[in-house]
Order: sequence, then C-alpha cells, then structure tokens
Amino acid sequence: MGLKTPLYDVHVLQGAKIVDFGGWDMPLHYGSQIEEHHAVRRDAGMFDVSHMAIVDVRGGRVREFLRFLLANDVARLKSSGKALYSCMLLPNGGVIDDLIVYQLSDTWYRLVVNAGTRTKDLAWIRSHAAAYAVAVAERQDLAMIAVQGPNARHKAASLLAPPQQSTVLDLKTFCGAEFGNWFVARTGYTGEDGFEIMIPASEAAAAWNQLHAQGVKPAGLGARDTLRLEAGMNLYGNDMDESHHPLESGLTWTVAFEPLSREFIGRSALENARRSGGPELVGLILEDRGVLRSHQKVMAAGLSESVPAGEVTSGTFSPTMNRSIALARVPFPANAAVQVDIRGKLHAARIVKPPFVRHGKALIEI
Amino acid sequence: MSNIPADLKYTKSHEWVRQGQNGAVEIGITDHAQSALGDLVFVEVPDVGRALRAGDACAVVESVKAASDVYSPMTGKVTASNAALASQPELLNQDPYGAGWLFRLETSESADAAVLMSAAAYAGFLADESK
Repeated sequence: MGLKTPLYDVHVLQGAKIVDFGGWDMPLHYGSQIEEHHAVRRDAGMFDVSHMAIVDVRGGRVREFLRFLLANDVARLKSSGKALYSCMLLPNGGVIDDLIVYQLSDTWYRLVVNAGTRTKDLAWIRSHAAAYAVAVAERQDLAMIAVQGPNARHKAASLLAPPQQSTVLDLKTFCGAEFGNWFVARTGYTGEDGFEIMIPASEAAAAWNQLHAQGVKPAGLGARDTLRLEAGMNLYGNDMDESHHPLESGLTWTVAFEPLSREFIGRSALENARRSGGPELVGLILEDRGVLRSHQKVMAAGLSESVPAGEVTSGTFSPTMNRSIALARVPFPANAAVQVDIRGKLHAARIVKPPFVRHGKALIEI
Repeated sequence: MSNIPADLKYTKSHEWVRQGQNGAVEIGITDHAQSALGDLVFVEVPDVGRALRAGDACAVVESVKAASDVYSPMTGKVTASNAALASQPELLNQDPYGAGWLFRLETSESADAAVLMSAAAYAGFLADESK
C-alpha cells in the first residue's frame, strides 16, 4: 500500500482505478480517461494533486536565497500572489526538479514541487537554506485540487463567499490570492484556464464534493498526462532530469540569464552549454497511424547515418487532435523530416513547435 | 466483475477463442483485458493470409497508456481481420466479444483440444491473479 492523499476515500467511492505514482496511491481514471480529457478541454475537470509537495520558505533573506537556488529569477515577482515557473538545478546544469514558486509576502514564498522528487528536493533546499537563515517547512497539512477547463473558474468560485468570488475571478494568469488558510491561484498543467486550490486537508473532501455537485468532472493522472502533453508542458523524469539541462529540455525560456550579476546554481554550466549548442526538445506529430511512446528512436530522413538518433521523451495519443503526438530530444535541425522507430518499423513524423493544443483548440494543422 | 461468456475458450494472456464450423475460429481479447488497458486508441491486426503459430505475437492493442501484444492462441492461417478497428478502436472497449473481435483463423486444431481454459477456469485464473 502506498501513501494516500486526503481525498483517497473519495476517489475510491467515485470508482477510480488506483495506481501507484511515485509511492502514492492515485486515481488513473474514473472510467474513461478520454472522456475526462474532453471534459477539461470543453467544460471543467478536477484533479487531486495533493501528492505534490508544498514547501514554505520564510526569512528576511528568502528572496536572496531563491535568487541563488532557482534558475528563473524571483525578482520578476513584483507583488504578493504572483507565481513563477522555474527549474532547480545541480551545479552541472542537470535539472533536480521543476516547480512553481508563489510570493506570499516579502519574507514568505511557497514552492510546489513534484511528488516523486520531494525527498531529494527538500534535502537540497534545506542544505542551501541554512546559509541564508531561511526556514523550510513542508505543508503536509494542505491538500491541493486543480480545477481546469473553460468553465472551471466560475464553477470553482462557488466554493468561496460572494465578496471573495469576485477577487478570485479577477485574478490574472499566474496570480494567486489567500483567503485565510486557503490559497487560490490561476495556474495549471493542462493548457486550459483554471485554478489550483490549496486548502487544509480536513476541508478537501467537502470542497471536492461541492465541485462535483457543480458539474466539475473528476479526472485522473491519465488525462492529466495527455492534457499536459497536448499543452506542450514537460513532465519531470521524462522530458527533463538530472542528466539533461534546461537548454536541451525546451526550458531555455525559464532560465533568467539577465541580470548578469545574479549568481545562481548551474549558471556557469548553462553559459557553457549555450555557447556550444546541442540537442533540442521538439514536438512531433506522427503522420501515420500508431502511437509514439517514450524511448522510441527518432531518425532524420535524408541526413547521413553518422547523425545520431534522437529519442522520444514523452509520447501519447492526443484525444483533441485524434493523432499521436510527442516531445522528443533530437540532435538535428528542427526542419528535418523524421522517422520514428515503432516496434521495428519506421513511421513518418513531423517536427513541430509545441504547444499542440491551447484553450480547447488544436494549434497545429494535421 | 468482468464478463466471461461461457461458450468461449480463454488464454492466460487474456485472449478469447470462439469455435466456428470447419476449423474456423474467431479471436479477440477479453473484457478483463480491455478494462485493464483502458481507452483503446490504436489496434493493429494481422494481415489476411499470414500463417501463425500458437503463441506468436500477431496483433497490437494500444491504449492511451501503453501498447500490448496480442498472441495467437492457436496455430493456423489468418482468413479475416477486423478492419473496422482501424477507425473505431473503441469498439474493442464497447463490445470485446462482438464488434471488437480481432481476427479469424483457419486451423486444424480444435479449440477444445488446444491448451485453452474454459470460462470457469479463466474466472478462477483472474481471481488468483488479483490476489
């Protein structure tokens, strides 16, 4: 038996197929993964993401600490409630984890990190926090529900009292607000609008049931994966890891090289990598029938055989496009025609620029 | 509980076999298998005329989650394969013992004589597997 979130019993009651995910017993789907996917693209779905670790960091020098710890620059957060996506790097540039950091005040920030990496993340954060006298506290008392889809914000706002409803509905993208011990942010991992809601674990089941009554469809990790891949978002462990730096993981945009005066862990390694160039993470669309899967080899058509193969890092079937899509790390130009080895047969694919789908619409012509 | 029709034979790899007339058999995957795989999005069936030996990997069913091989339960020659699954793989989820059939074989073996399980034996096998 694995770890259980505060919503585990609710998932079982709602017919979830439970699977192990990074040591947690989590819902894979509640009947049909594809229906859950479409519910998020067309209306509203909700995910239990309480397995992710919420880590509060506080102290007078917390900003200085995070500017050193993270590859993106928290100085870009100009006011309380603002959020930033960043990688946390090893000195050699390898990605320890990707995370979202929220500024709650000048002396208090909140990090949300992946479930599978929580132990090493906390050890890493603590090992550097001491020098800045920053207190690190994991918030195991909080649960987290992601409500996503075109109608998600209005349905989720009903959880709050009327004056608070207008506050959350006025939130801009990547901004959050506190309501007592609740925190509601307009963030997500699906390519749709929506909220991620952090609430006391004891209130999670009631909130989930109230959202369900509003017509928000429970959705599992299966739909979460197809949605994030359509949205062109990386999954830690697949599309980035400690063996690859952000520049070869499609995450150059998350690295704040400016200002040059800011020292951060991994900086010199990334500056070297930027000069030397290297493989890139690209999107793929399969032209044939079939399904792209991680670790399949990607060959450039027409290039010499000495050019090394690329590799699919995440592949799936896109329910919105009715076609297989993938992210792949390739060492050749992004305009190359490619072929993917699927069980020993070569299938034509096209390199494209993610995202594949945003706000319910396919962005790439088939 | 998954549906296990009494008139079919079963394998440990979750294929079913329906015995027809004159050495013709129809083959598919069980309700348990389709449920475990989840929503199917791609099905590859064997070409007509292909000679198969019992145990050969001869078809692929892919769900959103993963690809799985289907093994021929018997030795014989493929006489038909279900072309509808190319455009409607969900038939396999909706009707695994009917519209979701995979292929037909002409075989000199009898489904009764082959090393296949009865419905009761397959039900027992599933119960043991889930323990």
